[in-house]
Order: sequence, then structure tokens, then C-alpha cells
Amino acid sequence: MLTGPVILIASFAYVGLLFAIAYYGDKRADAGRSVIANPYIYALSLAVYCTTWTFYGSVGRAATSGIGFLPIYLGPTLMAALWWYVMLKIIRISKQNRITSIADFIASRYGKSQTLGGLVTVIAVVGVIPYIALQLKAISSTFSIILRYPEVTAPEPGGTLLFLGDNTFYIAMLLAAFTILFGTRHLDATERHEGLVAAVAFESLVKLLAFIAVGLFVTFWLYDGFGDIFARASQRIELSTLLTFGGDGSSYATWASLTLLSMAAVMFLPRQFQVTVVENVDERHLTKAIWLFPLYLLAINIFVLPIAFGGLLHFPGGAVDADTFVLTLPIAERHAWLALFAFIGGLSAATGMVIVETIALSTMVCNDLVMPVLLRLKALRLTERRDLSGLLLGIRRGAIVLILVLGYLYFSLAGEAYALVSIGLISFSAVAQFAPAIIGGIFWKGGTRTGAICGLAAGFAVWIYTLLLPSFAKSGWLSITFLSHGLFGTDFLKPQELFGLHGLDDITHCLFWSMCANIGCYVGVSLTKGPNAAEHGQATVFVDAFKHPSVAPGSRFWRGSASVNDLLALLGRFLGPERAREEFAAYARDRGAKSVESLSADAAFVHYAESLLAGAIGSASARVMVASVVEEEPLGVEEVMNIIDEASQVLAYSRQLEQKSNELETATNELLRANQRLQELDRLKDDFISTVTHELRTPLTSIRAFSEILSDNPRIEEHERAKFLGIIVKESERLTRLINQVLDLAKIESGAAEWHSSEVDMREVLEDSASAVSQLFKERKIDLTMEVPAEVPGILADRDRLMQVMLNLLSNAAKFCKLTPGAVTVTLAQQGGFLRVEVSDNGVGINPAEQEVIFEKFRQAGDVLTGKPQGSGLGLYISRRIIEHFGGRMWVRSRPGEGACFSFTLPLARGRALTARAA
Amino acid sequence: MIRPSIKGQRLAALFLLGFLLFNYPLLDLFSGPTRLLGIPVLYAYVFVVWALLIGLMALVVEKRSN
Repeated sequence: MLTGPVILIASFAYVGLLFAIAYYGDKRADAGRSVIANPYIYALSLAVYCTTWTFYGSVGRAATSGIGFLPIYLGPTLMAALWWYVMLKIIRISKQNRITSIADFIASRYGKSQTLGGLVTVIAVVGVIPYIALQLKAISSTFSIILRYPEVTAPEPGGTLLFLGDNTFYIAMLLAAFTILFGTRHLDATERHEGLVAAVAFESLVKLLAFIAVGLFVTFWLYDGFGDIFARASQRIELSTLLTFGGDGSSYATWASLTLLSMAAVMFLPRQFQVTVVENVDERHLTKAIWLFPLYLLAINIFVLPIAFGGLLHFPGGAVDADTFVLTLPIAERHAWLALFAFIGGLSAATGMVIVETIALSTMVCNDLVMPVLLRLKALRLTERRDLSGLLLGIRRGAIVLILVLGYLYFSLAGEAYALVSIGLISFSAVAQFAPAIIGGIFWKGGTRTGAICGLAAGFAVWIYTLLLPSFAKSGWLSITFLSHGLFGTDFLKPQELFGLHGLDDITHCLFWSMCANIGCYVGVSLTKGPNAAEHGQATVFVDAFKHPSVAPGSRFWRGSASVNDLLALLGRFLGPERAREEFAAYARDRGAKSVESLSADAAFVHYAESLLAGAIGSASARVMVASVVEEEPLGVEEVMNIIDEASQVLAYSRQLEQKSNELETATNELLRANQRLQELDRLKDDFISTVTHELRTPLTSIRAFSEILSDNPRIEEHERAKFLGIIVKESERLTRLINQVLDLAKIESGAAEWHSSEVDMREVLEDSASAVSQLFKERKIDLTMEVPAEVPGILADRDRLMQVMLNLLSNAAKFCKLTPGAVTVTLAQQGGFLRVEVSDNGVGINPAEQEVIFEKFRQAGDVLTGKPQGSGLGLYISRRIIEHFGGRMWVRSRPGEGACFSFTLPLARGRALTARAA
Repeated sequence: MIRPSIKGQRLAALFLLGFLLFNYPLLDLFSGPTRLLGIPVLYAYVFVVWALLIGLMALVVEKRSN
């Protein structure tokens, strides 16, 4: 039932579904509602890492080396843990500089060098071609296998006919057509393809489900779980070695080198760079992918070993290629639908890889290889063409076809000699060459353009010599003596035992020598001659990407003059005039400019235009094109160094400033508090003045009133006159007292008060003050009780001042006493080295909240009953100042309704007891 | 760098731990022919360590920083 048409229809239906998803993704993106803007889709799209290599090849590798297939997945898992430092930075840099490919990244880092961009592109294309061949090989062999359903036969060796006589050629061309339809429908300045990413994520899901389905089928249907498979395998001597490490020549060195290789590959394969960096919507997605992506790798690898051993047990004697077990096991058991699902899964793995890889490569070929050359060919007069966007798309489509044709050629020439994984590892070793230039480039400012070119070229050359050419030789395309006897018959130069180094497998051997050459040249040449101005500028932009997030990168390193219209015309040629105008208008809106024409072509604007253009034609070409319309004044090394020095000085200075501003803030806060206090005092003073004025006016008013009566009525009766005069005298006294108090306060405040200290007997003071207020107390019918000991030690103080305090306290007590029966008690006692005086009343008491307040200047306790303050508000303040002046303390204890008790203490006059005076 | 770098440091530490656990000589301790619940001890070791490592990475990444 699985006939050719059924398989073809299923395959095309599947591809059709992919197009539907991609179309939907693009629609949603245009509507501003991205389907791929979440970390799960992002992590799934990263799983484009898993190709047919994983889907078919891992099982094949496991069947010959046991666990040796695994470093390819452990490496990325470990690398993901370092993404926080590495990949996050690469993404940030790429977004800041509108970098659209790995060639662009490296070229841009080392001073926007076209040579470097071209070199990286060549390495990427040549390096990845075996990888694409791998996909073609997997699809074509599985296709021919499933066509023979239900037979399980090994596919025939590659046809002798090339191109039109070979199915694989048609597969390659179909893939090219898909890719063109997917990736180059229009030109986008950011090179982002939302629909494509959605489709790739879907493919990742399909291949995972398909592989797990086959795994469950083999493990639990064909066999009785994991334990059963491994138990049976361990009974077969030829299989039991696979259960331990190093079963088949795989060593720890191979293991470690494959781990390192895959760590580089997972970041620097063009398609990985495309999905991880270029298609990244939000940096935060990466942080979640740090564990989601390894989780995917774990999930897709759980069943590799069971399938491998299941296949080896099921097809003994190597009758069936282990690379096809995923498909042949369901076929052998006549599970047509599972076989079809497995085939579709493999198709997913292949198409996902080919589409993303060729799109990424075609962008690089167009931007970093073809365009720079075409733009230089003056005969083509390209710089004068009005619209180049069609040409750009044409170049990209051509590049896609070319890459697939090259992949097909490699498959035809060298593909048969290798298993899937071995082909893939050749590509891994090639892209690993990018690692020094990129990792060095984002963490080390000293790397130079020449250094990077030398390193890449040397590493690439070693790779060609030790891996690529031997792969041709093994396929019989080159003489095999090249392998066995070395170049020119020199043993010393045997490509897989270079300089006599043997004992390593070919991948580890290549990795060692190529990295020696690559890192050696990169570091060595860079250190020989330091970076020039442009390199230094870009180095700062890349290495310090996290330090200047808000500064438009690069714009500081440019000076020159340009006109907006020239730039508009230039961009119009590459992006299309309408697109260019839209972009400029958006920029103008962001800057609050009215129109595109009102923009000024300053450094930031030129940089913006350049980065827009870089999205379409790569940073190196963009630099050249922009330079053609901009009269740039190149900066000398001196100037750039100055800018950089300035920048670091500014940084240091700004740190100081920050510190200063913190201090300033503290000071400001203090000032603010002081100011608030001042305002409060000011307000109090105003209140006080109005109170005092009021207090002054009351006696004045009555004095004036009675004086006027006396003056206007000379014949007033004698007793009336005496009464009025008495009032005038009394009010004048009150006035005097008040004025005295205010003056007193002023003196105390200014420190100009006179103090006449002498030894004072406190009993006398109390008695004198009691008799002074006795009349008042009698009038108010207040009972005054004195509790004074017979003898107390003397104190050193101003007697009049103490009288003042006592009178104040007693008159207060009288004022606030209950009307009937009023009772005031004065107590004197010695307490340690102090005398303590208490004046308590049985009045209304004082609110706890007001107990401290009443001692402040201008503050009064409100009358609990009427809420109206009484007195000037100065008495207690002055009293406390006096007591404190003589080294004592004054306070009040009270509860509302239970009276108040004012107390003060005064220190004894030391060594001079009162008895001395009595004697 | 505005991000809490403690996460980055924890992840880097996990990288070192993983690199240690997945390489010679620790790997060699588990490369014998013994089997654990029917599964070769080498496979069991690698997959369990792998799963734990991913779990720890998830823990570090997802933990809300104060």
C-alpha cells in the first residue's frame, strides 16, 4: 500500500502544510501579532540543530560506537550553560548593529572588512556543503528504501548517471525550490523570517514525535523494554563491547574533541546563527532556551541506543545499513503508517536544515561575496542603478540553487564513502574555525583584521588538507596514494597523520592542527601589530556591548557630512524607494522631526542609514556604499584613541559624579528637613507674634478704654475712679510682665541673659514663692500644701530665676486647678546629688501627646475643656531653660483628668553644705 | 550589565560541573560492563547526569532573583 504516489502525495502534503504554517506566521507577523514570540517556539526552532544526522545518523553511529554518538548533544547542553555570557552578548551586538549573518558578524567586528566577510562566506559555504550532502543522501536513500516497501533491501550504490538521471538531483532541486519560496519572497532589512521560523519549529516537533514513536515501537513492541534489549545485546559478543566506553576505537580524546566541536557548531553553524541570533525576537527567550533546548536534545536521544541495538539484533550480519534502522525496523515489521511517519520525520529533519542553512548561506553569499565584487566592477555601473532589490533577490536565489547543486555534487563524488555522522563532522570541523575570531572578538579588544584573516585562512587550509581532501581521496576522486603516502610522497605530510602525529581519529587530528594554526595565527598576528582606528572602534562596540546599551553604536566614531536626500536615494536603490522612505519617516517620527526633509544628516542618522543598508547588503558593502555618498572625514588613530580614552574617563568621571550626587542627595535631604523645621519655627513665630500681640492688646485695650473714660468724664465718682485706676495699674503690670517675659526669652535665646549664681536655700525659695502667690490662691480658694523637709543642702543658682520658675509653676497650677476644691501640693526632697521639687495639682491634666510639646517655645497645652490656649506659651519654656542652665532637668507627669505634676531637679552645690552657712 | 550576574556565574559553574562529569576520568569510572536495572551503567550514568544537569540549569534560569 505504500506505493510511490502515496509517499509522494504524503510528502507534498507535508510540505504544503509547512507552507501553510509559514504563510500564517508571516500574516500574523505583518499584523503585529507574532506567533513565534515565545520561548518555546524559539527553543523548538533552535532544534533545527537536529537534522537527519540525528534522525538517522545517530542510530548508525551508535551501532558502531555505542555511546560515541552522544558528545554531539552533550556539547550543546554544556554550551547552553555558557550562553548567558556568550550568546546573549552575540545577540545584543547583532541587534545593535543589524547583523544578519555570521560573515557579517565577523566582518563587522574587525573593522567592517569586506575581505574577511568574503573569506568567512567561502569557509561557511565550502564547510557546510558536506552537511547538505548528508541531508540529500539521507532523503534519497530513505526514499528508495520506503519505495520498496515491504521489502527491506539495501539501497543500490549511487547511480552512475549524474544530474538528470539521478533521483537525488531532483530532490536537491525540489529543496532549492522550497527554500526560494520560503526564504526569498521579499527583501527584509532585518533578514527575519517569522513564517519560516514557525515552520521550522513545527518541523522540530514532527521529527521529535516521529523519532519517539519509532523508539517506543522498537523498545516496547519489538522488545520488552530497555532492559530486555540491553540484556539480549550483552549476550552477543560483537555487541557487548558497544555497551561500554571505547567499544570501537572511540577514545576519550575523540569524545572530548567531539564535545568541543559541537559546542562551537551549535553556535556558529550558519543556520544556528540564523535561528538563534538573527531570528531572535526577544533576548529573554534565549534564557529559557538555555534549558529547553538541551531538554529537546535529551528527549530525541533517549531511544537512539534501543533502536540501534534493536536494529543490530533484528538484522544480524550487517545486511541493512544501520543509518536506516529508524525506517527499516517499522518496514520489516510491516507497520506501513509508522514507516511513513518515520519517513516524514526524516523529511522534516532534512528540509528544516536545508531551508534554514541555504537561506543563511545565500544571504552571506549575496551580501559578503557577490555584492562587494559587483559594486566594485565599475563597468556594471551598479551604483547608478535606481532599484537593486530585484538584483539582490536574484543573487540570493541563484546562490540557493548553487549551494544545493554543490551539495549534490559532493554527495555524488564523496557521499558513498562515509556514514552520515562522519560527513556531518567534516562540516562541524569547518565551522569550528569561526570560534577563535568570534569568541576572541567579543571578549578581547586586541584582535585585528589581519589576525582574524590569517587565523581563519590557516585553520581553513588545514581543514581542507586534513579532512576535505581525504574525503575525496577515500571516494576515489583523488589518488589514494595522497592518503597513504602524503603529498608528493612525503610521509611527513600525510594528511591524516600530519607531521607524524598519529593515534588520533581524523576529526580530532584535524581539530588539533587546525586550531593550532587558527588560534596561533589569530593571536600571533593580532599581537604583532595592534588594531588600527576602525578596528579599535568596532572592538569597543563589540566587547563593551553591555556597557553602552543606549548609545547608538558606531556613531561616535564617525564625522562627516551628507545630505538626507543622497542617503534616501541610496537606500531606495537597495530596499526599494517606498520602503526606504517609510523607514526614514519612521526614524523622523522617533526623533520628533516633522518630515524626512527636516532631518539633519548627522552622525547618528548616517549610522542608522548604514545599518539599514547593512541588513540588505551586509555591513562591509553598506559601509562602502554609504561612504560613496557621504563625505567622510576619516578619523585618525589618535582621534579614535582620544575618543576611547575620553569615553573611559567619562565613565570614571561619571562614577565619581554618581558618588557626589549621592552625597548631594543626602545633604539635600538634610537641608530639606532643616528647611521644614525652619518653616515650622517660622510658622510658630508667626503664631507667637499673633498670640503675643493678642495678649498685649488685651491689657492695652482695657488700659486705653479706662483711661479714655477717666479723661472724658472728669466728674466721675471717686470710688469709680479708684476702681478704674486700679484696673489700669493691674493691666499695666500684666503688660509689663508679658513684655519682660518676651525680653527674657530673647535674652535667653541670644545667650545674653545675666545669671547671678550664688548659694541658694531651696526652702526659702519655695516659701517666698508660696507667700507671693498666697493672695491668688486665696482668691481662687485653692488649698496649697507644702511638704518641705526641715533641712536641705544648698544649691548653686540664681535665686530670682528660681523664684521665676516657681511662680510660673504655681500660677500654672492655679490656672489649671479644679475650681472647687482646688488643691496644689509642693514637695521638696533630696534625691542623691540632686534636689527635687514637685508641684502637683488636681486639675484636668495634660494629654500625653502634649506633655513634651508644652515645654517648647510658643507652644501651649490646649484647655481640655474649651480648646483655647491660655497664657503666652513662654513660661514653661523659659522655666525649663533656667533649670537646664543650672544643670537640672524639668518634666511633667500627668494623666488627663487626674491632675498634673511638674517636677524639676537641681544639682547640689558640691562640698559646700548649707550647714556651713548656718554655722 | 544590568542582569543579575549571579545567574551567569551559577550557569558557568554548572558548565564546569558538566564538563567534569562528562569526561575522562570520571566517565571511566562508569564504563564497566555492569548493568543497573538492566541498563548498562555507562548509559544510565550519562543520561541521568544529563537530565540532572538540565534540571539544575532550569532551576537556575527560572529562579526569581531578589
